[in-house]
Amino acid sequence: MTKDECKQVVLDIIADIAPDEDLSNVKPDVRLRDQLQLDSMDFLDIVMELRKRYNIEVPEAEYIQLASLDSSAEYLTPKFNALAAGKG
Amino acid sequence: MNSCTHYDVAIIGAGMSGLAAGIRLAHFGKKVCLFERHNAVGGLNSYYSLDGRKYDVGLHAMTNYVRPGVKGTPLTKLLRQLRIDREEFALCEQKQSRIAFGPQGEMSLGFTNDFAVLEGGVAAMFPAQIDGFRRLVQLVRTHDDVSLEARPESARAVVRRHIHNQLLEDMLFCPVMYYGSAQEHDMEFGQFVIMFKALYLEGFARPFEGVRVILRVLQEKYRQAGGERRMKCGVQCITARGDRATALVLDDGSLITADHVLSSIGAPETERLMSDQLEPVGALSDVCVSPVGRLSFVETITVLDRPPAALGWGDDTIIFFNDSAQLHYEQPATQVDPRSGVICFPNNFDYGPGRDLPEGWFRCTCLANYAQWANLDEEDYRGDKRRWFEEVQRSALRFLPALASPDMLSRATVATDMFTPRTITKFTGHFGGAIYGSPQKHRQGRTALANVYLCGTDQGFLGIVGAMLSGISMANYHILQKGK
Repeated sequence: MTKDECKQVVLDIIADIAPDEDLSNVKPDVRLRDQLQLDSMDFLDIVMELRKRYNIEVPEAEYIQLASLDSSAEYLTPKFNALAAGKG
Repeated sequence: MNSCTHYDVAIIGAGMSGLAAGIRLAHFGKKVCLFERHNAVGGLNSYYSLDGRKYDVGLHAMTNYVRPGVKGTPLTKLLRQLRIDREEFALCEQKQSRIAFGPQGEMSLGFTNDFAVLEGGVAAMFPAQIDGFRRLVQLVRTHDDVSLEARPESARAVVRRHIHNQLLEDMLFCPVMYYGSAQEHDMEFGQFVIMFKALYLEGFARPFEGVRVILRVLQEKYRQAGGERRMKCGVQCITARGDRATALVLDDGSLITADHVLSSIGAPETERLMSDQLEPVGALSDVCVSPVGRLSFVETITVLDRPPAALGWGDDTIIFFNDSAQLHYEQPATQVDPRSGVICFPNNFDYGPGRDLPEGWFRCTCLANYAQWANLDEEDYRGDKRRWFEEVQRSALRFLPALASPDMLSRATVATDMFTPRTITKFTGHFGGAIYGSPQKHRQGRTALANVYLCGTDQGFLGIVGAMLSGISMANYHILQKGK
């Protein structure tokens, strides 16, 4: 998985949990919280959906890694790739 | 046989909070089952059929209404967390409501879903208080009301720092208390904030078909997420070893086990299940730490052959009334206290052009004393119901424009019904007919057992949106967030 694909995964999850947000202009380097109305309940849902859909675990201490799309991609891409390698 | 069914989470009670918690847990892959003693879901906000008509109970209006696009409020959070599209609730806004005080309701403060209307009314009626009122509103807006760690404080004391007029104070407290307070005379400030926002800063709405629309959506989401439910199957007792619940004994005597138990039935009611005594005991205080609520209600329901407006009653949606010098939000000394109460006209929501409820509805709610209703024999019970029906309706009529002729209401009436504190306990299991539960809330939902949590009324988020958010918060906090 590329980092861009990883960003899309996160955006797709946000689109499902917050369908009332406009995601057409999300800046990858700005904190999601600063450009979208997302609270701690929504971040919990991003983590929960990652686990549900992709079996990706994000421990509570590492939620901070999901602050922006860039940081999410940085953090999650290796996890996705490790998982894919494990399956292969 | 030792192959009893095991669940990740067992939820006791399929009311708004239990259903909402169930949706969250099932959506995230938990094996969940809802256990409901009654044959219908909804708990305190439900409906029943009588002579081919569907009667709503509980819900006068859904509070916390905000228009599409307004974010960060309880309604928006709830819709997101449960993956509900707001169109599914099909909410229609109230027209306008008012708080009417004085023997004939001479002092009247109107409010709508536009907060400026209430603010303007306060400025006009209480010019000396408007600055203080605005300071109070500012405080309410910035208060963190969903904090699970807030320190309790008297709402009356906080309000009096800003408002120095007893009439205005009581007028503001009246709807806030009637729509959610389990405490007499005063409230915890955090609870006041929740209700103030829900009623005044946000507002009232209702689906055209009433509460069953909301229940239908919740049930459908729960089913789609894979949640199980067992109707007409209450929980008799929770067995424990050490500080953990080990099994639930169901009404039919069978056993189930669960890693977590989420109880929406109330704090003292849950404590009773956790006590060793299976039979209801004389003194609940022996087994319950949480006090049983002292506030119960009666409601009269009158079905009309025409809309209430056709009786000359205008198109107010909800009227909160009080005839006395002070508001007495307390357990009445008599069976019912008709001095103050709430009138609701479900017809007076804005359902859109040409869309009207097929019949007129006139509902009145007043405070009632559970003990004075609980032990009557059947004949006395019916007689007292008839007597108080007339009394409550007569009291409410003082706050409505006069009828063209005195017998007009009885001629327009096609059916009536009434619930009493006894009805509430019979169908919801709430001790003391206490709709709003125990005055002592448990914000974090903890109980004496480490894997049994409370949600709903006694967790302390009020109103029906609050109830759903309570189920969501407790499921998140105790189960999902911890990755358990």
